[in-house]
Amino acid sequence: MPSEAAQEATPTTSEVTLRVLRYTPGKDEEPHFEEYAVPVDPMDRVLDALHYVKWHIDGSLGFRRSCAHGICGSDAMLINGRNRLACKVLIRELPSVINVEPIKGLPIHKDLIVDMDGFFASYKRVMPFLVNEQVPTDKERLQSPADREKFDDTTKCILCAACTTSCPIFWPDNSYIGPAAIVNAHRFIFDSRDTAAADRLEVLNGATGVWKCRTTFNCTNACPRDIDVTTAIQQVKRELIFNRI
Amino acid sequence: MIHQHTYDVVIVGAGGAGLRAAIEAAGKVRTAVITKLYPTRSHTGAAQGGMCAALGNLEEDKWEWHAFDTVKGSDYLGDQDAIDVMCKEAVDAVIELEHFGLPFSRNDDGTIAQRPFGGHTRNHGEAPVRRACYAADRTGHMILQTLYQQCVKRDVEFFNEFYVLDFLASPDGAATAGVVAYELKTGDLHVFRAKSVVFATGGFGKMFKVTSNAHALTGDGPAVLYRRGFPLEDMEFFQFHPTGIYRLGILLSEAARGEGGILRNKDGERFMERYAPTIKDLAPRDMVSRAIQTEILDGRGAGPDGDYVYLDLTHLPREQIDSKLPDITDFARTYLGVEPYTEGVPIQPTAHYAMGGIPTDIDAQVRVSPTQVFPGLYAAGECASVSVHGANRLGTNSLLDIVVFGRRAGIAAVEHARSTRHAELPANPAADVAAQLERVRSATTGEAGVHMRVELQNSMNANATVFRSGETLTTQLDVLRDLQRRYRSVTVDDKGTTYNTDLLEAIELGHLLDLAETLVAGALNRTESRGAHYRDDYSKRDDGNFLKHTMVRRGADGGIDIDYRPVTLGRYEPMERKY
Repeated sequence: MPSEAAQEATPTTSEVTLRVLRYTPGKDEEPHFEEYAVPVDPMDRVLDALHYVKWHIDGSLGFRRSCAHGICGSDAMLINGRNRLACKVLIRELPSVINVEPIKGLPIHKDLIVDMDGFFASYKRVMPFLVNEQVPTDKERLQSPADREKFDDTTKCILCAACTTSCPIFWPDNSYIGPAAIVNAHRFIFDSRDTAAADRLEVLNGATGVWKCRTTFNCTNACPRDIDVTTAIQQVKRELIFNRI
Repeated sequence: MIHQHTYDVVIVGAGGAGLRAAIEAAGKVRTAVITKLYPTRSHTGAAQGGMCAALGNLEEDKWEWHAFDTVKGSDYLGDQDAIDVMCKEAVDAVIELEHFGLPFSRNDDGTIAQRPFGGHTRNHGEAPVRRACYAADRTGHMILQTLYQQCVKRDVEFFNEFYVLDFLASPDGAATAGVVAYELKTGDLHVFRAKSVVFATGGFGKMFKVTSNAHALTGDGPAVLYRRGFPLEDMEFFQFHPTGIYRLGILLSEAARGEGGILRNKDGERFMERYAPTIKDLAPRDMVSRAIQTEILDGRGAGPDGDYVYLDLTHLPREQIDSKLPDITDFARTYLGVEPYTEGVPIQPTAHYAMGGIPTDIDAQVRVSPTQVFPGLYAAGECASVSVHGANRLGTNSLLDIVVFGRRAGIAAVEHARSTRHAELPANPAADVAAQLERVRSATTGEAGVHMRVELQNSMNANATVFRSGETLTTQLDVLRDLQRRYRSVTVDDKGTTYNTDLLEAIELGHLLDLAETLVAGALNRTESRGAHYRDDYSKRDDGNFLKHTMVRRGADGGIDIDYRPVTLGRYEPMERKY
């Protein structure tokens, strides 16, 4: 039985071992794994298994979640070594021992909850809003379907941080602006309606910008929205090399 | 520890309505947005299909036709002054979002793309009309991101992961004084003094088992005000969206049918032809949900338990599915393992949207009685009832509602803040919240919230759903009273102060229980069928007795007092609702 239903004591078909990295600053000396036996249906989400632990074993388990279907971006976690949304990976895709850790490179507040302030600060550096003061009075700006398509992929970003916290450059060096901020810059740089591409490219050309990227593709593999993150970063690099005014 | 803050305008909630209000207020007066999630996690982002406005980009359309459809869709319970405002301002609202940068899908001539949606018609019901402006099936995501981007641009001040748990009036009870919030990260309480407070906290679908709603949708705003003696309006009208993913309830947009998708029963029959011969699969949601439930009850449901029907997209070109419906087809593949190119997707009605909520006038001012508003207090979006949706909301009108009335709430809140001084705070403003939290944290003899929540959700799904009766509703009221009794000694495992979501989930459960009781009480008293409220024992609409809004209020004895408010009629006289 898929679902929310994890909270119900319904018959299930199997059991998995959920190993969760637990840590409460001030209480625990350092992060440590705790193991839970969780009854599951193969169609359950990892989020359902986490809810089972929280609702039936230990209510103090800390994790964020809201929409539970991959749209809100709350529950990015490191699941068996790969950044995923806990609500978008099903038990049937995983072995019977499942390791769940917080996304890496950001300070842990509690268990799977990390401090997102630095992540959003990097996002804000790229001016993530349309700049164009010349607007028609009572009509929409026109944009051809072809122009709209140029930045379609990067409009899908839900700011879950799965990409940025999968990046080996970011882990030791939080000053790197990171894939998510570059994706959001791309979304405006390639929008035919926007006039501030040069300003964003200036930010991305700096010491903490796109040139730190070593094209490891972790970000692309991590994106739960299937955004081709590495391609977006390369397009920004090309723009800097060939088209910068 | 209790922190003190002073602002002119405090906005509670950072979905579409709260963010749109913030855009209006920030930079004009000192503004804070308090939100229990990071803003971009809000459930506006899960809306898919579109936002209607009579732009007429592809065929003739008029805002008056949109208004007619909305009135008819509401089963004549919508207030026609508010509906006129919404449909008229819709055009400017869409244009403004485009100017804000919203990446709408486009027509070949570069204008904003539009498609048909349930209940939206040309010339008073002649045929479906292309009115829904959209960005693939991610319109809500784009609206949420765009409004948040505009807030970043304006440097709006956010308090993220703060839960507002109380509303403060001045000691004489006559003016808005502020709110009390709980900081999730630290467990500290914060008193926000404010001249104007805007509630924009969203819906409360988590009282149902099968729902499209996020875990966060627990009706905190309406519950907080209800406990402070404010009335709630039309709570019995809760929309069940026809196409939720089987058992999970995840939304599959009506846009799927707008693009040509067809509902089929186990025999492959396009059954909507029998229920709505003119617009078939694009009938309003209440009618389609009843049709699906009827097919299931009459033995024409599919699957081993015969409890779902199919959403069939297999006849659509794959390019169209990929470009117009990418997310919902991804959901079907991910959560059901079904390939929409070649297979029907199992669906069932899912609890989706609260038409009722905090009663407001067209300037988002909160009503305390049929004729009076409360100075400085505003509500907008799903937590409010203006009422533009009446007994049944048309698809896309919620995204429209949040931007139109979020803006109006922001404007009104700023005007009020500029024309008044801060009201006096009550003595010990955070004392009630502190006591409530301490009671839950220290309880030892009761049971954990999870059991009560499951019972609430299962019983609401069984007794207060698409079809109701006096019998099921009476049963449900008993269930809820038992749950309320048990809830008084609810316990939590986590006694800590850092990210204690165990504690907050228990508080949220209390909100859901209160609101479920108002829903069921309103439904029991309304002995007619109208819009989303359908009773087997009173299957006809009764305009003589019930062309009026329900207003429920907590009684002095803790019971529920029920009163009514007249519907504001206008150009469109109530008539039989056929499609």
